[in-house]
Amino acid sequence: MAAELLSQFVVLVLAVALGFELISRVPSLLHTPLMSATNAIHGIVVVGALVVVLTARETLTMVLGLVAVFFGTVNVVGGFIVTNRMLEMFRGGGRGG
Amino acid sequence: MTLGAGTTLAYLAAAVLFIFGIRILRSPMTARAGNLIAAVGMLVAVVATLLEFKGDASTLLMIAGVVVAGSALGALTAVRVPMTSMPQFVAAFNGVGGGAAALISFSELYKLSQLPLPEQNFVILLAILFGILIGGVSFAGSAVAFTKLEEIAFEGSVTFPLQKVVNALMFLVAVAAAVNLLIGGPMPVASAAVMLGVSLLLGVLLVIPIGGADMPIVISLLNAFTGLAAAASGFSLGNTVLIIAGALVGASGSILTYLMSAALGRSLSKILFGAVAAAGQEEAEAHDKPVTSGEPDDIGSMLANEADSVIFIPGYGLAVAQAQTAMADLMRTLEQQGKEVKFAIHPVAGRMPGHMNVLLAEAKVPADKLVDLEDINDEFDETDAVVIVGANDVVNPTAREDGNSPIAGMPILNADHARRVVFVKRSLSPGFAGIDNPLFYDQERTMMLFSDAKEGLEGVTQAVKNQG
Repeated sequence: MAAELLSQFVVLVLAVALGFELISRVPSLLHTPLMSATNAIHGIVVVGALVVVLTARETLTMVLGLVAVFFGTVNVVGGFIVTNRMLEMFRGGGRGG
Repeated sequence: MTLGAGTTLAYLAAAVLFIFGIRILRSPMTARAGNLIAAVGMLVAVVATLLEFKGDASTLLMIAGVVVAGSALGALTAVRVPMTSMPQFVAAFNGVGGGAAALISFSELYKLSQLPLPEQNFVILLAILFGILIGGVSFAGSAVAFTKLEEIAFEGSVTFPLQKVVNALMFLVAVAAAVNLLIGGPMPVASAAVMLGVSLLLGVLLVIPIGGADMPIVISLLNAFTGLAAAASGFSLGNTVLIIAGALVGASGSILTYLMSAALGRSLSKILFGAVAAAGQEEAEAHDKPVTSGEPDDIGSMLANEADSVIFIPGYGLAVAQAQTAMADLMRTLEQQGKEVKFAIHPVAGRMPGHMNVLLAEAKVPADKLVDLEDINDEFDETDAVVIVGANDVVNPTAREDGNSPIAGMPILNADHARRVVFVKRSLSPGFAGIDNPLFYDQERTMMLFSDAKEGLEGVTQAVKNQG
């Protein structure tokens, strides 16, 4: 257990470092789509919610999990579509000029 | 729990797709592909999860139902949102993500509380508590941000007496509940429920005092929170793809939060806890001083005859009036007469980071005409005319000159260095920070066009055409 947690901690720290490195180079022009895309990416909670539902043994955890799946799906689907809409305009704007 | 090799590899693939997707979001040309790649990563992770934890038919059916409903709601909302309302819907999508993370953490705690104490891991308990707290704050905070931006409730900065005391008490209750859980005290599930309730209240209390101009910061911060809550729930579930994706978002949200508060010249803690600048303070006297006001024709002839270089400064008021297209039309009309037109974009010009860029892109203004504050500020000295629409605080010289001003130290656009200044504004009312702007009363330099932004700009465009 301890070893597993430690390796998860390693993954966490590496991901944070990578996140800083990736984002600090995005031009401010694209900050809104960037935020909206990362917003969709944290919809990854839908995976956690699915795990809760699929491993649930009581009604309570099942219900909590299903609500979380619903929330997570709204986050993922809404987030990616809205980002795509914004980025379509950027391309159009670039060409139009 | 231990995952199968196939699932672990699929999660790794998803993580790589997220990273690569964000990587190519840096350029406007490849950004759309980046978003799609990240979406594919999400699909990979979801399918791998469904294959790993095979559920029975009835469970899968329920999941399918919920996923269809969630997708329908998300998709229908996403295709309908006008670009001006983007900040509140990003906040809404963010909030439900935070809510999901809190619920996951809560149900993991419930599962854990069924086990005998020696099998409960301290680190996992901590991760669960963190997930409940941050997820709950993000959910409730985003909901309040949504109602503020949609102008449903809590508009402006809402404060009440002893607010800080109440906040501190809430925080103490959360800490007490957390300690009780960590030392294996009585009623763990009830303590977690208290924790969840308090975190929701804290989310509300944190966001209600924050005024409109500080919204970009709150939205970035809540985005970071949901990322961290997702990473925490990844710890409690032992799921690496949640940890990686959550940490990436936590890091990106933190950077944007930092950039935004730097753009306002204030520290994050001041923005969050030093609520209410000088709202309404100088409003009364603002109307007594003389200004030079003009009609669209006056401004049109000034732009047509006296200006070769023009800089537009759009603020959120432009978006509220849906005047982006009118501004783009004026740009094209001036360019047809051989004038050089640029847009100066203050980092907090919209209601979320980079919002103004999106709005102007929608109006088909080429991206290379949108110039950041640091890059354009030296050009104002050689600029003939500045047209400021729906912005006030971001061009207020008091930020630079008066150390006691509530916006002191906030980087501003040096519009007052240009030869002529035009404000298109409904009235002399001050901006979100509630501070009067001396530039209004510079009668030599400044012309005020009291009008709705859209009508005003259309009038000026027509006047410029008539001159040409």
